[in-house]
Amino acid sequence: MEDKVVHGQPDLLTDFDRQRVAADDLRTEELLINMGPQHPSTHGVLRLMLRTDGELVLEAIPHIGYLHRCAEKIGENVTPVQFVPYTDRLDYLAGMNNNHGYSLAIEKLCGLEVPERARYIRVLMCELNRIASHLVSFGCYGLDMGAFTPFLYAFREREYILDLFEATCGQRLTYNYLSIGGVTQDLPGGFADKLAHFLDYFEPKIDEYNNLLSYNYIFVKRTAGVGVVSAADALAYGLTGPCLRASGVKWDLRRCVPYEIYDRFEFDIPIGIAGGAIGVPREVVVGDSWSRYFVRMQEMKQSVRILRQALQQLPAGEFRAKVPAALKVPAGEVYLEVEGARGQLGYLIVGDGKKTPRRVKIRGPSFCNLSIATHVCRRVLIADVAAILGSIDVVMGEVDR
Amino acid sequence: MANFTVEDALRSRWSASAKPRAVRTFAVLGIVLAVAALGLGYLASSAPGAGYWLAVLGTALAGVAAMTCLGAAFVIQFSRLVGTWLFRLAFLIFVGGLVGIALLAWVPALLYEQVDAAVADHYGAGATGVLTVADLEAVGWALPTDSIEVRRQGAVGWAPPTDSIDGRGKAVVGSAHPTASFLAYALWPLQFRLTRDILALVGVVGFVSLLAMFTIWWERKVAGRMQSRLGPMRVGGWHGWAQSMADGIKLLQKEDIYLEGADRPLFKLAPYIAFMPALALFLALPFSAAWICRDLDIGLLFILALAGIGVLGVIVAGWASNNKWSLLGAMREACQMISYEIPLGFALLVPVMTTGTLRLTAIGELQAGGFHTWLAFQSPFTLAAAVLFFTATLAACKRAPFDLPEAESELVAGVYTEYSGFRWSLFFFAEYAEMFAVGALAAILFFGAWYSPLPANWGAAWLHGPLWQRALYGILFNGPLWLIFKGFFFLFVQIWLRWTLPRIRLDQVMYACVQVMLPLSMLVLLGATFWALLVPHGSMLAVVANLACTALGVGAVLAIIGIVFYGYSNRRQLVGTLAIEHWPGS
Repeated sequence: MEDKVVHGQPDLLTDFDRQRVAADDLRTEELLINMGPQHPSTHGVLRLMLRTDGELVLEAIPHIGYLHRCAEKIGENVTPVQFVPYTDRLDYLAGMNNNHGYSLAIEKLCGLEVPERARYIRVLMCELNRIASHLVSFGCYGLDMGAFTPFLYAFREREYILDLFEATCGQRLTYNYLSIGGVTQDLPGGFADKLAHFLDYFEPKIDEYNNLLSYNYIFVKRTAGVGVVSAADALAYGLTGPCLRASGVKWDLRRCVPYEIYDRFEFDIPIGIAGGAIGVPREVVVGDSWSRYFVRMQEMKQSVRILRQALQQLPAGEFRAKVPAALKVPAGEVYLEVEGARGQLGYLIVGDGKKTPRRVKIRGPSFCNLSIATHVCRRVLIADVAAILGSIDVVMGEVDR
Repeated sequence: MANFTVEDALRSRWSASAKPRAVRTFAVLGIVLAVAALGLGYLASSAPGAGYWLAVLGTALAGVAAMTCLGAAFVIQFSRLVGTWLFRLAFLIFVGGLVGIALLAWVPALLYEQVDAAVADHYGAGATGVLTVADLEAVGWALPTDSIEVRRQGAVGWAPPTDSIDGRGKAVVGSAHPTASFLAYALWPLQFRLTRDILALVGVVGFVSLLAMFTIWWERKVAGRMQSRLGPMRVGGWHGWAQSMADGIKLLQKEDIYLEGADRPLFKLAPYIAFMPALALFLALPFSAAWICRDLDIGLLFILALAGIGVLGVIVAGWASNNKWSLLGAMREACQMISYEIPLGFALLVPVMTTGTLRLTAIGELQAGGFHTWLAFQSPFTLAAAVLFFTATLAACKRAPFDLPEAESELVAGVYTEYSGFRWSLFFFAEYAEMFAVGALAAILFFGAWYSPLPANWGAAWLHGPLWQRALYGILFNGPLWLIFKGFFFLFVQIWLRWTLPRIRLDQVMYACVQVMLPLSMLVLLGATFWALLVPHGSMLAVVANLACTALGVGAVLAIIGIVFYGYSNRRQLVGTLAIEHWPGS
């Protein structure tokens, strides 16, 4: 065999050697990274195992259970009235909505009639809490994208809502206010004025935040077209709430299966719209992170609408039905879903005539919404994982229960 | 711990027996060293001859050591008092330091000038030599009532008694005036390059430390105001001005943590690799034409090279940390830096080509004729180069929206994840020093360097007047204060952007560099070349372009001032009534 000469030196490598050396030189390994449970953008104690090729995420596997607190088991061991404060801890950013779902389910099972005023107060509280929760979501999403300032603005507005809650029930995070048969106490004096003041102040602020963050060029570039969930996928994975609506499915329990008194109010259901429409940047795809984020921004406006109407219609009267001191959960089964801040919050309660229910099963919307993460976080960049997770907006208290 | 103060941190705890022993040791050592320094100093100053340089070196070393020992003895003996008073006077020290550094720009230059003039007087113009203290006494200092020119004319001030005239026609002094004698001793070391370099280094290190501490506090205040909160308000009293000091003391006390499996030598070395270049580039950075440690003829290249070395520290830190987030941060840093240095270099070539020099003082001197002579306003291409340069420096300093290497919501803390305490703070010193340096560089290259918007020749008559006129000239027309002001302006823009913009994704950063900034900067360089070739200086096109660019620049500054004024005067309406009024029932 004739020797090859490379750069004046005889080349002693065989072709096989050369291939092997090249393969060894070019060999790359995948990197396994633990994102969480302590990580700034996993919103609590979510742990994601990222299999990455450099910055490219090949697979993201959520590991959950770090905030498991046996909520359902506790529900079987305490009376319904005692369990209401535990529901606050599920989705701790929207405690009122959690109270609401559980109370409605127990009332349906026990056949309790809730006074009219209490129903309006419940709607007021739930919609206020929805705004507060969406504000946190909006602020934290900005934080995930590296914009710090909107976070502080969101918390400033949320502070006023929490002040209203504090004036109403003495608590700022875990309220235990919407309880079986109504609410625990009447609204404080001057509440309506304060709320009207807040709504007048807050409504124009939403447009300001849209200008500040939603339509920011960098923000749109970071979120539009990232983590697209088709309507079929959204339905197949059981997505609910803003995540489902962002995929173009017009489904909101408040309108589609009205509970409480939501059929008395006028409001729209915002859904994800393809880019190019009025108020939607060109890059946006239905079901992407920007749509999920923007549906929440629009929902805050709709909540303001509902709040104005509820405030106008607020009747006088009792704030609580007569509930027997030793309430027994009758034999039977009830499953009831309400539209929480993050999606459909469902309570399955099985009673057998004792003081405590036989079984409590909670459908946490964050749990189902999180299931799409593995499907969506494929072949995206690490920065996109933060964008997708933030737009799904999970609360780990609800995922792990 | 809410009310933890600097005072608490400084209060040292010495056991009863250790304290007097330490004080005694340091005091005795200090006195011995001081005597040695005095003796050596006498030898050095009176008799140039054999062993002269040894005596000079010995004086310097013994003097510094003596001062250190005596200072240590004093601080230990009166630790509580020192801690308390340091805290009480810290604000004065802080402000005094800033003012002092600004003054440093004139005072040493003034003194150097006088000493150089004395040397020239003694040995003849152009010659060099060493003066003894007796020689300097003979000069007859009359500081600071008049300048050396005035003194030469013999118009004012104290003049030496002319007992007799020596062979070279100089006055020989029988008995020196006590003030002159003292000044002669004080000024004697200033004739040596070494002394001047040491003073300059002290100035640079002091400036960078104060700068970083001030900027961190300032950034937090600006961020607070932008986010409708107050920022630091506690430490030190007035608007939490001592927050950075307290943070620094806290960081110094923290444990130095290494990760199991980290590359220890590299891990320890990395902060210094990052910090030293950031400090060293101030050596070639002119604060004014006169106040620069080393006026290099390749000053710009030197600064760029040092800024490039600093990046290595960050990459090494990411590699040595044995943390995957750090590694990812280091990879981001590496690819970001390698990409952005290219458009940065192209943008820098525009002023270099226009002025034909790499010497920063020369580039600065060309912009003395008022703001329309600033380089950025010379043609559309220089203006574009200024904008490109500033954008590229944002990426080079890892500032938002290019802060990917430390992206806290993606990579925890990126390359800094495993660092704590002093090493971590070194990275931040480096970052803030570099931020100011690139701001100052932008000012020197494009925005009139150390000149005010007024043409410098308006004040030319003051240049040779008495001290107050020269000081006024420095404030109004030309002086380091202007460079520092401009540097802080660009620093403010960086802070402003950081708290406004979201972060760009890595692929977008690369796209913005390779597809947008690189072609743009090449085009700008090409355009600037043809402009220089085809548009003669003083032609109609050049004048019109100059006026248009000037108008654009002035308009931008006025717009910023207008926005700030509008925001400030309408702050109640902008923030909303709820944020200001007390919320009833809260």
